[in-house]
Amino acid sequence: MIGNRRSSKSILISFFFLTFLSIGNKLSAQDGGALFQQNCASCHAVNKNLTGPALAGVEGRGPWSDRKQLYAWVHNPAKFMASDPYTQGLKQQYGGVLMTAFPQLGEKDIDAIIDYVNKAAAAAAAKPAAGGEGAPAAGAQYDESDNSILYGVLTLILAVVALIMLQVNGNLRKLAEDKEGMPAYEPVPFYRNKTYITLLTLLLFVIGGFYVVKGAINLGRSKDYQPEQPIYYSHKVHAGKNQISCLYCHGGAYEGKQASIPSVNVCMNCHMTINEYAGEQIYHADGTKVDGTAEIQKLYEYAGWDPSSRSYTGKGKPIEWVRIHNLPDHVYFNHAQHTKAGKQQCQTCHGEIQGMDEVKQFTDLSMGWCVNCHRESKVDFVDSTGTKGNKFYSIYQKYHNEIKAGTRDSVTVADIGGIECQKCHY
Amino acid sequence: MANKKYWQNFSELSQTEQAKAMAENEFQEDLPFESADKGSSDGATRRDFLKYLGFSTAAASLAASCEIPVKKSIPFLNRPQDIVPGIADFYATTFVSGGDVLPVLVKVRDGRPIKIEGNNLSTYTNGGTSARAQASVLDLYDTARLRFPIANGNAISVEDADKLVAAAMGSIGGAPVVLLTGTITSPSSRQVISEFLAKYPGSRHVQYDPISYSGLLLANEASYGKRAIPTYRFDNAKVVVSLGADFAATWLSPVEFQRSFAQTRKVNPSNPEMSRHYQFESVMSVTGGNADFRYTHRPSETGLVALGLLNAINGQPVSGVSDKVKKGIEKAAADLKGNAGAALVVSGSNNPNIQIIVNAINEALGANGKTIDWTATLQTYQGLDSEFATLVADMEAGRVGALLVYDVNPVYTYADSKRLADAMKKVKVTISFNDRRDETSELCKFIIPSHHYLESWGDAEAKAGFISMMQPTISPLFKTRQFQDSLLKWSGNATPYVTYFRNFWTAKLGSAENFAKALQDGVVEPESPSIGTAAFNAGSVAAATTAISSLKKGGKTELVLYQHIGLGDGRQGNNPWLLELPDPITRATWDNYAMISVQLGKELLGIDISNPRDSDEYEVHMTKPVLSIKSGNKEITLPALIVPGMNENTIAIAVGYGRKSLNEEDTSKNIGRAAAGAGKNAFPLASFNGTTVDFFAGDVTVTKTTETYIVAQTQTHASYEGRHEVVKELTLDEYKKDPTAVLDERAKELEPWGGLESFTSEGTLYGVYDRPGIKWGMSIDLNSCFGCGACVVACNAENNIPVVGKSEVTRFHDMHWLRIDRYFSGDVNDPESVQTVFQPMLCQHCDNAPCENVCPVAATNHSSEGVNQMIYNRCIGTRYCANNCPYKVRRFNWADYTGADSFKDNQLTEGVGKLDPAVFQMNDDLTRMVLNPDVTVRSRGVIEKCSFCVQRTQAGKLQAKKEDRVLTDADVTSACAQACPTNAIVFGNANNPASNISQTRSGNKNRLYYVLEQIHTLPNVNYLAKVRNTDILTAAHPTEDELSQPEKKTETHFSK
Repeated sequence: MIGNRRSSKSILISFFFLTFLSIGNKLSAQDGGALFQQNCASCHAVNKNLTGPALAGVEGRGPWSDRKQLYAWVHNPAKFMASDPYTQGLKQQYGGVLMTAFPQLGEKDIDAIIDYVNKAAAAAAAKPAAGGEGAPAAGAQYDESDNSILYGVLTLILAVVALIMLQVNGNLRKLAEDKEGMPAYEPVPFYRNKTYITLLTLLLFVIGGFYVVKGAINLGRSKDYQPEQPIYYSHKVHAGKNQISCLYCHGGAYEGKQASIPSVNVCMNCHMTINEYAGEQIYHADGTKVDGTAEIQKLYEYAGWDPSSRSYTGKGKPIEWVRIHNLPDHVYFNHAQHTKAGKQQCQTCHGEIQGMDEVKQFTDLSMGWCVNCHRESKVDFVDSTGTKGNKFYSIYQKYHNEIKAGTRDSVTVADIGGIECQKCHY
Repeated sequence: MANKKYWQNFSELSQTEQAKAMAENEFQEDLPFESADKGSSDGATRRDFLKYLGFSTAAASLAASCEIPVKKSIPFLNRPQDIVPGIADFYATTFVSGGDVLPVLVKVRDGRPIKIEGNNLSTYTNGGTSARAQASVLDLYDTARLRFPIANGNAISVEDADKLVAAAMGSIGGAPVVLLTGTITSPSSRQVISEFLAKYPGSRHVQYDPISYSGLLLANEASYGKRAIPTYRFDNAKVVVSLGADFAATWLSPVEFQRSFAQTRKVNPSNPEMSRHYQFESVMSVTGGNADFRYTHRPSETGLVALGLLNAINGQPVSGVSDKVKKGIEKAAADLKGNAGAALVVSGSNNPNIQIIVNAINEALGANGKTIDWTATLQTYQGLDSEFATLVADMEAGRVGALLVYDVNPVYTYADSKRLADAMKKVKVTISFNDRRDETSELCKFIIPSHHYLESWGDAEAKAGFISMMQPTISPLFKTRQFQDSLLKWSGNATPYVTYFRNFWTAKLGSAENFAKALQDGVVEPESPSIGTAAFNAGSVAAATTAISSLKKGGKTELVLYQHIGLGDGRQGNNPWLLELPDPITRATWDNYAMISVQLGKELLGIDISNPRDSDEYEVHMTKPVLSIKSGNKEITLPALIVPGMNENTIAIAVGYGRKSLNEEDTSKNIGRAAAGAGKNAFPLASFNGTTVDFFAGDVTVTKTTETYIVAQTQTHASYEGRHEVVKELTLDEYKKDPTAVLDERAKELEPWGGLESFTSEGTLYGVYDRPGIKWGMSIDLNSCFGCGACVVACNAENNIPVVGKSEVTRFHDMHWLRIDRYFSGDVNDPESVQTVFQPMLCQHCDNAPCENVCPVAATNHSSEGVNQMIYNRCIGTRYCANNCPYKVRRFNWADYTGADSFKDNQLTEGVGKLDPAVFQMNDDLTRMVLNPDVTVRSRGVIEKCSFCVQRTQAGKLQAKKEDRVLTDADVTSACAQACPTNAIVFGNANNPASNISQTRSGNKNRLYYVLEQIHTLPNVNYLAKVRNTDILTAAHPTEDELSQPEKKTETHFSK
């Protein structure tokens, strides 16, 4: 059974691995959409004025038909504005706030962003807009072929056949003995047959034991836990449709132990201007409709934000979210270790989060699940030239030698001690 | 190496049956349920076993019931920019507590200070800390701290207090106001104080140091015209003579001195030289234990010893002291003279005349400007005993209108506290700024509690020119107000102290940037410090000589007061970490006691330590006889501990214990649950002689009472079963003559199993495992470990080690992961012959660990980084590992010390196994804020032990990975190594040939050894053998087998 579970798990994991590999590729490509979300979206929208102006049709305004001018502006807005009356006017118009400089954006990046903006603007014009990029078929992973039912039925049929054969055998023997005039024993009905009773008891004990143990192992685990939250927050809308980077809100995931739920001021960065929900209808688990705009109002209450006067009342209170992913106290888990050092995607452990309206616990967060992944995942091992991979691993001389000698092609987390007890329990 | 015999306690010395039985039985008691059914049956039956099994299964399934509790996750409303949940920030501040001023870094995790570390930018501590500094973070969360101001016994708001104080101050009608504080080194606070005093003409500021250095201050005034204390540069001294100054533990500025002294004690293999240290003292002190030559004398003879030394240096005869001491003085004088310019004499005496003589000696040796620095003078002790005595007289005479007390507790620490308490009643307005309702505060009309130093702004100037900054690391927990703020407010200055402080330093440092940098660094130091001199005036020497000669001779028995290394003057008296820190010499916890000599033991108690029966009787039982000690009209009754190396006629008692409220029942509420009942107050035995306070009594009457008292000593707790080669020691001469002696001995020992090179693989049946990447290792230099205990407390704080309380220590249940073993050697009957070695002992992280093999559930196993891992959630508590550990470093959670069990109310409050109030103090929600969130709080029934600070190694590795670079020494260090003021402990990756640990090991091959190496445990902790700059290593008095061949043995001892 254990072997069986493991193989089905490994199928599952490799399936996800592939899925997320493709997502990862998408993010690292020169994707204007992603760049826009990462760099611009906190102040700009395509069709709406936020902290900064809507970007739709940007090339038709001011000096922006000349890309060179645009590059100069994005790379150093302060310098550009000094000699440009149009941007000086913009600054006035948007409350005296000057745009942040993005010297790290290459010219190609800016081109890609403008392309994306143009496309998005065109798509919005040709309403109704399609729901972004369809998430990969989320149900697929549940189509695992489980042979256990088949085996179970077969076992049951065989058992019945065996039982019948035994009975037939007994009857035939009795007949034969009758014929030979041997003294006949009073036949014992099968339900009082001691062999049958013993066998049945044993069988019940084994089956009962199996379920008791299985149940006991699952005590304290809460896969698929999906509590109701104080605000109906849809990851599908934010991370899926609007493609907000996970790290925008969960920046701690890259820095430290906790991914951390964003503080209310992070929500308000966008929701100061986004005060209504106009996307696709969202539904609760029970089928009732979710009023997105009302949920945003709840946020305003927590933040102490008065949308009519566009100011804070100072009467905010933190949101008491219900924690979904709970690890026992004796487990040390560090997000940065997995995301930054281990380069894992969030979805590896949290599932197709960009497709979930309300978040649920995707895995059982059991130790076996952790350990399996540590056995299979490869570390970002530095290669012999030292150019690729994490330089931390350059001290593992033995593995370098083995790779050079060709006896090893990769180093897993387990190889560097990742399944030792005290990597997580201390 | 001499055939030295080491012993940790007397019964071990005499090797009696009882001691052996005790050593064999590591867990010296029955299981609780066995003893519970005694009387009805012969212990647990099978039926009982089944009952317990059934009950525990049912209870466990109930406890882990199917309902999973809903947990909330509440983010900030508005996250401060610098706080990332789960990531610790370090802020530089300064630990200021009485005369202890240490620049430190505070680890703040999610807004809570949880650990103190040394500040490496400070040149005089170089990142070193003390046990007290390490423990100070716990004081922040002390449950007995006052949470609001108090006026006439009632809680009030700060604003109301201001109004009441203003009214009260108005009513004193121009009578002088006295501000009574400890020594204040803070330049900005001194300015605040002078502004305040200017408002009240005729007022004055009195500084009072409970542990007084008045004698030194007055002597320096007489000799050098400066009422100041120079910095003693032990690092420049080749010969150090200490006349009772415990400079490696408690005297003046111990962290600085430990550091500079250790520099001359580390033996460099290429040039094996080290300083030579003579100690003349009455009590067995930590510094004395480390001395190369040690001589004991009566406390009343201190002056004669100093005078004798001066005479010997001047080539005159030494008189008035015993022959042994005389010989010692002559030897020391010869050595000092031979090293003039690199010699230093210090004295712990508070008698100005003695200190004048010491000044004359130092002048004769040319120490001024070489080993004594008059530029960076120490400013941490400025109080004069006579000023305080005048204050008391003034109060008695009604000449004081208002008394404001800050940071001192004179009703507890003053010798004549009754008189002081009565005098305080005559003062119209009494205000205390102390943090709790202590002995002094409870007599005051107003208490306006000041912040803890971790909540405060401020500065300190421990040495002239060496500024260190304080900044708050947490918002004030309670409705307290910083002392300086109160003074500013009351002097009519509306500026808050934080602004005042900023303006003060911005002006001094030139710019706001410089101020910000100073705050960030924590220290501002002179760029090129030079050693300064002072002009010596010999005029006072003759008068001092006469005064000393006419000092009263001591009686039959004399008494001396000393400071416990953790408790000091008792201001951190409610700190369970410090109370449970074993005294380095006696290894006793939670109490003070009378240390007596072997001779007095025989005389007073009838215990002859040389007699095996007596020593057993005395040592095996923790119950000690109680002595009544009378000095004049004062009496104290304390249990007696016989300590080798004590002067024959001297009794020593530690101050700092015995905190007590006016109404004794209030002690645990007002002063603290841990402090209540811990020892007795010995300060009343001190006396004011008209000029200074004497911390000794020349004539005491001692009688044995019929009472007994349990002293929780930890020295008999673990035994190496007679394998005493755990300590290796040799003299400097031996080392010079035969540098490879230790190495050769190891080679010889390991020869049958493959010799030094292939011992690892040949000496075992087990396989040898690779350590790819990292292999953690630690090196401990016995030469520079003085036994101060900073590492022990640092370990407690870092690893959430529970406090078990006195009653549990007496049941052998102490939990310290790191202990400092103390070994004596020499003849117990001859105090001069007793030599002491301190050895920090922690999990050795054996690569072939005996504990791992015996665990039935693999709860302890080995990592690929060479760490012996202990997995609490897997442990079922068989304790096989602890039994099989040859180093005895595994600790079992006998009770629910932390309240962390899933079972509610699992802590016994009555009957056998009842936990002490201190344990409950540690489990308070407030106190629990000190816990390190990265370390599991262990529950009942599991084993724990040193983890090589795995949370720190993991964090360091992660930091390197995140920054895409190779791990360096700066990323990882263990808490003990970080805390060590002398860098005796070095920690790091032994696989990296450039790391500190590898360099230490390869550079000290000749002194390196592993404890019990021959049993093939392959420890990852190595020790560097102790080299003593002495003539001979003293052997123990011969045991019975040795007596059978006395001639031969004696020869081996002395021929080397």
